[in-house]
Amino acid sequence: MLSEILVSLFLLLGAAFALIGAIGLASLPDFFTRLHGPTKATTLGVGGMLVASIIHFTGQGRVTVHEVLIITFLFITAPVSAHLLIRAALHLGMRKSAYKATEGESGNGH
Amino acid sequence: MILRKLLPLPGLSLVLLLIWLLLQNTAAPGHLLLGTILAIVIPRWCADFWPRQLAVRRVGVMVAFLATVLWDIVVANVSVARILLSPAPRLRPGFFELPVSVTNQVALVLLANTISLTPGTVAARLSADRSRLLVHCLDMDDEATLITQIKNRYERPLKEIFE
Amino acid sequence: MMLETSITIALAIISLAMVLGLWRLWRGPTLPDRVMALDKLYINAAALLILLGISFDSDLYFEVALLIAIIGFISTAAVCKYIMRGDIIE
Repeated sequence: MLSEILVSLFLLLGAAFALIGAIGLASLPDFFTRLHGPTKATTLGVGGMLVASIIHFTGQGRVTVHEVLIITFLFITAPVSAHLLIRAALHLGMRKSAYKATEGESGNGH
Repeated sequence: MILRKLLPLPGLSLVLLLIWLLLQNTAAPGHLLLGTILAIVIPRWCADFWPRQLAVRRVGVMVAFLATVLWDIVVANVSVARILLSPAPRLRPGFFELPVSVTNQVALVLLANTISLTPGTVAARLSADRSRLLVHCLDMDDEATLITQIKNRYERPLKEIFE
Repeated sequence: MMLETSITIALAIISLAMVLGLWRLWRGPTLPDRVMALDKLYINAAALLILLGISFDSDLYFEVALLIAIIGFISTAAVCKYIMRGDIIE
């Protein structure tokens, strides 16, 4: 019973963070701000799901810890892919277009 | 000495054994044996092109640092969630340059990854001489306090661990 | 009972998140935006598989989630490399 409550809690928390990341991805104004949502909130969201999975299977008597592999992998790769994405964007010269509203420049982001 | 010859990279061997056991999701003797064989054989094959062993000088600081980072990830995610869910998000996005004083490559990578993982900041580009890191910030309040915060909270422990 | 309800709710939330990701993939407007949407979609797909694993009480979904996480990261890295260099293997 206790494990069921814990599993539900982590599942819903994880899903909520994933949704927050998606809202950030869909609604923020430019690429650089959008990058913040998916890379971190989503990673934490999946982390919550995996913790729920560990508790669920362990609570049934099958000791399961291999979800730790996915958690570690995601926490190592998420900042790397964020870094690669932002470098790709800087390479395409999108930094100027992000500022064109404030500086009055007409940079073309693409 | 014989141990050193058998295990040229003890850290890598330990990690390989752990990953093998986690992949099989068991600690049965058979897999323990197979994992140990893999953990001995694989590092011997690739010891020549592996960069030199990395020295963690202070394990206690390392554990405390990991705990701080994990806690910060959760706290900062909640604060970003609050910004995003408020009816009219008030964002002040912008780039700033963080002067970097760590020289160890692993420490530098860890610093950049930590900055990227804690919400609100993403490490974007390292200058060619490795002295400045361009960082994008979601809600920039005050550049100077942010820089000192990152330096005190993440850079100093990393320096203690690796240098 | 409680677990089933929360799994259903979580499935709905993740699906909604994936729809938002698809919307960003469709809208763009720039190439990195689309790559980022794909990056988000694969992480959410891994989450979905883990949910299904809990829901069907099966261990098998773990391997699929792990593979999706690995392949997704490699493809994001490859596409970013391609954007930056015009070449993947130098």
